[in-house]
Amino acid sequence: MAQRARDPGKRPLLSSADIARIIDRIAHQILEKTGGDDNTVLLGIPTRGVPLARRLAERIKTFEGLDVPHGSLDVTLYRDDLRMRGARALGPTDIPASGVDDKRVILVDDVLYSGRTVRAALNGLYDLGRPAWVQLAVLVDRGHRRLPIRADYVGKNLPTAIADSVSVLVSEMDGEDAVYVDREEQ
Amino acid sequence: MEHLLSAADLDLESATLILDTAKEMDAAMSGREVRKLPTLRGRTVVNLFFEDSTRTRVSFEAAAKRLSADVVTFSAKGSSVSKGESLKDTALTLQAMGADAVVVRHSAAGAANRLTGWLDGSVVNAGDGTHEHPTQALLDAYTIRQRLGRLEGLRVAVVGDILHSRVARSNVALLNTFGAKVTLVAPPTLVPVGVGSWPVEVAYDFDAVLPHTDVVMMLRVQAERMNASFFPSAREYSRRYGLDGARLARLPDEAIVMHPGPMNRGMEIAASVADSPRSVIVDQVANGVLVRMAVLYLLLSGHKGGAA
Repeated sequence: MAQRARDPGKRPLLSSADIARIIDRIAHQILEKTGGDDNTVLLGIPTRGVPLARRLAERIKTFEGLDVPHGSLDVTLYRDDLRMRGARALGPTDIPASGVDDKRVILVDDVLYSGRTVRAALNGLYDLGRPAWVQLAVLVDRGHRRLPIRADYVGKNLPTAIADSVSVLVSEMDGEDAVYVDREEQ
Repeated sequence: MEHLLSAADLDLESATLILDTAKEMDAAMSGREVRKLPTLRGRTVVNLFFEDSTRTRVSFEAAAKRLSADVVTFSAKGSSVSKGESLKDTALTLQAMGADAVVVRHSAAGAANRLTGWLDGSVVNAGDGTHEHPTQALLDAYTIRQRLGRLEGLRVAVVGDILHSRVARSNVALLNTFGAKVTLVAPPTLVPVGVGSWPVEVAYDFDAVLPHTDVVMMLRVQAERMNASFFPSAREYSRRYGLDGARLARLPDEAIVMHPGPMNRGMEIAASVADSPRSVIVDQVANGVLVRMAVLYLLLSGHKGGAA
């Protein structure tokens, strides 16, 4: 996966410290919502959802000492736009040994936009087994949904125009944590 | 990638992409309730087999079906029709039906290549005469990488009827791309003319090669060629170029044994060797489906094939 480059001279919309606070908050919200049960599984959607899921699991461990299984679920093979977009490299799929049957599965992604990726993830998830609940955590919700899908945990709601581009950088892959928005030329 | 006709067409990057995609296919398929992915729903894959084949045909069929493609199988044992003409007519028929991909096996070298001129869809060469069989080389490379962790720098001995073997030709090209060192081991009568220009070493003494080998790839002795005086007798061949328990013991501890199948047990490979823990022959078959899934996925995603 190509590294996303920092935009020199541009101020990020969310800095590394902002992102750390958001992850902490979502970790607390998950604990609050699940009551700290041992039935939760975090699945990151490649590529940048995977490190975010891992960080959420780490923070939950720090706050409550809970070991939440985390893994990844690649949705490429479930996308409906393969004909238009051409072959994409597949991301990793790594389902924790505990599986997803009867679990509370929390899907984790970096940006929620049209909802197509989440739709693909839901199809993929139900081919793996039958979770009791499926929830969605995203770092940024930029709007413009095309499907009836919403997130249960949102890092930041970010009003955008369709022509804007939102890029999330994570230190594990891009050397830094940041969210940048390229606004449409006025 | 539009077609897959020859292992020699693949550079390191595209060959690695196919193996990596196959690995992710494996992860995506494992431990599932539903052993099927919706990726190629609505696409039509035609298996066009002019030569007998069980494992390759079934493997391609399984790969296409696991990706939810519609599969049509033609077993065109067209011995009564002249080849060029019938191949073209068949191609035009497929074109009219709107095949997104055609997987072809033919006894004439270059048949797959010829089809590309008549079809809008992707063509996958599943073996053309004694020329190439690229997906076999890809599944072999995948299996080696799975078992030994790498390909670069490995010493691979390809043993047997090199002359008539498309598997050997595809493997030589692909293993060379991955940076493995290939030694062909065969009786002099079964070494192709012009092998001097191939990126390989040639050896006639199997026993001398064994201790310096990480992978032994045995080839099928093609019984149909036994009468062509390539070697005096089956027994003699087996004694000099067969892999038996004694020869297996001379290999380094980590070395693996491969065979593209179908095997002649007791001829080029002893039953005890084929069934030993060093043998990865069953893995090769399982990996064949994954690699072919990867190839079909990479060829058919975003490719506007098909006329209909």
